[in-house]
Amino acid sequence: MSSDSQSRHQILEENVVFHVHEVTKVYQMGEVQVRALRGVDIDLHRGEFTVLLGASGSGKSTLLNILGGLDIPTEGHVFYGERDLTRATERELTEYRRFHVGFVFQFYNLIPSLTARENVAVVTEIAKSPMKPEDALKLVGLESRLDHFPAQLSGGEQQRVAIARAIAKNPDVLLCDEPTGALDSKTGIVVLQALQRVNQALGTTTVVITHNAGIAQMADRVIHLTDGLISKVYKNETRLRPDELNW
Amino acid sequence: MKAIDIKLWRELWAMRMQALAIAMVIVGGVSIFIMSLSTLDSLFETRENYYRNHHFADVFASLKRAPLSLVKRIQEIPGVDKVETRVLAYVNLDVEDFKDPVSGHLLSLNANSAGLLNQIYLRKGRLLEAGRDNEVLLSEEFARAHDLQPGDKLAATINGRRKVLNVVGHVLSPEYIYQIAPGAMFPDYYRYGVLWMARKPLASAYDMDGAFNNVTLTLSKEGNEQDVIDRLDELLKPYGGIGAYARKDQLSNRFLTEELKQQKTIATIFPMIFLGVAAFLLNVVASRLISLQREQIAGLKAFGYSNFAVGLHYTKLILMITAIGVIAGIGFGIWMGKGMSNIYMTFYSLPFMIYVLKAEVIIAAVLISMGVAMVGTLYAVSSAARLPPAQAMRPEPPAMYHTTLIEKLGLQRFFSQPTRMIFRHIERRPLKSLMTILGISMACGTMMVGGFQEGAIKHMVEVQFGMSQRSDLTAIFTEPTSQRSLYSLQSLRGVEHVEGFRVVTAKLQFEHRSYRTSVQGIAPNGRLMRLLDTRLQVIDLPPNGIILTDYLAEILHIKVGDMLTIEVLEGNRPVVQVPVVGLAKEYLGLNGYMQLNSLNRLLNEGHVISAAWLKVDRLHQVNIYAELKGAPRIAGVVEQESAIKSFYETMDETILFFTYITTLLGGSIAFGVIYNSMRIALSERNRELASLRVLGFHRSEVAYILLGEMAVLTLIAIPLGIMIGYGLCAYLAFQFDSDLYRIPLVLGLKVYAFAALVVISSSVISVLMIWRNLAHLDMVAVLKTKE
Ligand SMILES: Nc1ncnc2c1ncn2[C@@H]1O[C@H](COP(=O)(O)OP(=O)(O)O)[C@@H](O)[C@H]1O
Ligand SMILES: [Mg+2]
Repeated sequence: MSSDSQSRHQILEENVVFHVHEVTKVYQMGEVQVRALRGVDIDLHRGEFTVLLGASGSGKSTLLNILGGLDIPTEGHVFYGERDLTRATERELTEYRRFHVGFVFQFYNLIPSLTARENVAVVTEIAKSPMKPEDALKLVGLESRLDHFPAQLSGGEQQRVAIARAIAKNPDVLLCDEPTGALDSKTGIVVLQALQRVNQALGTTTVVITHNAGIAQMADRVIHLTDGLISKVYKNETRLRPDELNW
Repeated sequence: MKAIDIKLWRELWAMRMQALAIAMVIVGGVSIFIMSLSTLDSLFETRENYYRNHHFADVFASLKRAPLSLVKRIQEIPGVDKVETRVLAYVNLDVEDFKDPVSGHLLSLNANSAGLLNQIYLRKGRLLEAGRDNEVLLSEEFARAHDLQPGDKLAATINGRRKVLNVVGHVLSPEYIYQIAPGAMFPDYYRYGVLWMARKPLASAYDMDGAFNNVTLTLSKEGNEQDVIDRLDELLKPYGGIGAYARKDQLSNRFLTEELKQQKTIATIFPMIFLGVAAFLLNVVASRLISLQREQIAGLKAFGYSNFAVGLHYTKLILMITAIGVIAGIGFGIWMGKGMSNIYMTFYSLPFMIYVLKAEVIIAAVLISMGVAMVGTLYAVSSAARLPPAQAMRPEPPAMYHTTLIEKLGLQRFFSQPTRMIFRHIERRPLKSLMTILGISMACGTMMVGGFQEGAIKHMVEVQFGMSQRSDLTAIFTEPTSQRSLYSLQSLRGVEHVEGFRVVTAKLQFEHRSYRTSVQGIAPNGRLMRLLDTRLQVIDLPPNGIILTDYLAEILHIKVGDMLTIEVLEGNRPVVQVPVVGLAKEYLGLNGYMQLNSLNRLLNEGHVISAAWLKVDRLHQVNIYAELKGAPRIAGVVEQESAIKSFYETMDETILFFTYITTLLGGSIAFGVIYNSMRIALSERNRELASLRVLGFHRSEVAYILLGEMAVLTLIAIPLGIMIGYGLCAYLAFQFDSDLYRIPLVLGLKVYAFAALVVISSSVISVLMIWRNLAHLDMVAVLKTKE
């Protein structure tokens, strides 16, 4: 099986960033087994803005976490370029996250003891060719809030700091798990605008999870997950701007 | 069981490691408390019992010689119950195969009797038999040191004549619980012993037939101690009485009393430290637990639990942790107390030990620890109880941080983000950081106490015998002798230098205060005995006036320049006034020093000496001992160095044990504080640290933030701990000061280094344990939910 996937990998197109092959994920919850992913096959392309859509519990976060090197599948393989993430050591996964992935989460996860600028710097300090924290924050429209602590920022502002933090290292991929989930629609739009601007300006491959179908209209490609399986994949003929979206 | 109580048990189980770490600190406090107090009670009880059953005398007096007919008059003193006279002699002993000089006290004892007062306790063999002049009973420690069994022999030089004595038994005596040679610093069972033999041969050797030179008595119920002493002194004056003294001034009893006093100090300080730290830890853990359970508290209240019920719930949890510590502490304390009492029994040659555990002690331990635990957690519990349910339902707002002082000074460009996180976190909860530092410092301070004792005693010995008394041997004459005797000592092969001195017993008085001690007449520029001032510089002894041990001046409230009244208690018993011309630093005993000539002039007895210091050539030491042992006019010879050496050996064992205990205690405080603080920090910052792991930080980089904070606190705590330790030692030294000895406050580098090392090791162990937890930091789970 592994030689089979190797051979398939040989013929991959050059602009494929992630190659997900027959991935399953089973969580053992005491006596019960939860099958979060039941055999997912998908390729993600360079520079693409992808939206992962699905009901709550359909396995979106599980897939994203596997792509981001936070979790490993029970079966199957995930290739990041040439590298098989399912065979990486803990140390290699840390390095992978450190140099290639940017994360944005529903609950921001900023470090309360660091200012906006410092929250970005915490990542740029360990990255290889980062932008300046100030530039990253400017990209998300926060150039005037540099020295504020998280406790002094609104939810939308905190999420934009999180985006700045994620992109500041110039990651190859940007993974966002319900980035607008905790925000009202108006603030949500501002956050999505920031994501779109980053995707267009830097060409970063972006995956955004949402259970809000309206958001899907700003994506290049939409992937539907249902009960741990991909049920539908389609391309948007025309992409809408965030402010044109219908929540 | 009610559901809310099931919750209690489950939570206790879930936090068992932390609960254990806290319980351990409580165990430390409670067990020392129980151990010290029960040992103390046991010692008091045993001593009282021993004294009572063996008729330990109330008043003691030595004199030159009085006829036995005087006993009737002593008996007639109002308030006197029983009187016993004795012949007592200080003699040179000769134990086969033991080259060093050995001296001892020889006491008269009737045949088949344990004595009327100060009754001996027969441990082995039998009592003296009638008509056997050469039988002797030995104090047990001395007999054991030389392995002298009943049937063995040893020789004594009794008034110049060598006499071979047959050992018939080993005994203990309430009068010699603490067996220490006159003028010695510590007990030395090889070189000093107490012996009992028949009165007749002893009396005839010292011309004491029908006479006595020592009397002890007990008081009747209505007897007034001071009154009896005064009248006894009056009676004995014509017979060369050197002053009667009460039981409280009896040497062995005094040492024992001092020891008990020290025990008491330790019994109060250490449990206080431990329980204080335990209170802090409980506070930290309870606060965290409660903040984690905000939603649960809100839920409970929403279901209709009252504020009181919620408060009670958390109080129970805290009391349960405390109870674990208290119960284990009591058990452990009793075990240690019994062990300690037995150590004391052997150390003090007590015939038995009554272990006393008073109910009050247990009750106090329980109440104090429970009380301390409650006080420590009062705030956390009451804030949980008062939390309004609606507010409690919502997650806590993000913590507010500020830029720290160091950063405001513009130093932040030197710090990486993780370093800034460390400082800001410390600064955000200044009180908690401070308490953590204080807890660790206490651990550090506790450990210094162990090392302090050893260093202090070494310093005492170095000063006393290295700088002040520098002779190898002291030869004590049977009575004041012409200075010409020095020539015969000087002429012995191998003797390099000899200095004679005179010792008289005297009562020193200033205003209404007085103190009975000895005045020494010494050579003004002697090489073998030098007086030192408080800065340990050699003092010149002026031709007129007296120099007093500094602590004696304190007791008498006398200053340099004041006139001291000296009432000599020997010979012509002159009473004179002499100016105090200086103070000398001495750690042992209290003395007055005058030039030999001026003391002799005062006594009006011509140029005499009563003892001599000798500096000898190592090679000839053995010959010199042999010569001195045979010399008729020499009552005893004291050798310094080997006595010190043998003391160090015994001391090393005791100190090792004590150091072991303090290290264990200090280590457990340090571990308790550090481990708990880190566990709490990990739990509070779980999310933050997991986010960093998601962002690509390695485990070690995340650990840096958590451990860096602890490292900073520990590094601040160590110097503070050293200061606290210094204060503790100073307090102990001050408490332990007495006229018997003063403990100098000297702390070697080793003491500091050791304390710091144990604290650092405790942190390293805690770190290793936390490292494991960091490996399990669940990034995915943590990011899913809002705290
Ligand atoms: N750590 C876990 N342990 C057990 N079950 C899990 C875990 N994470 C997710 N699941 C389960 O896996 C399924 C998919 O979850 P998730 O990927 O979070 O869904 P989504 O993000 O689409 O809402 C759900 O049924 C969820 O309960
Ligand atoms: Mg999800």
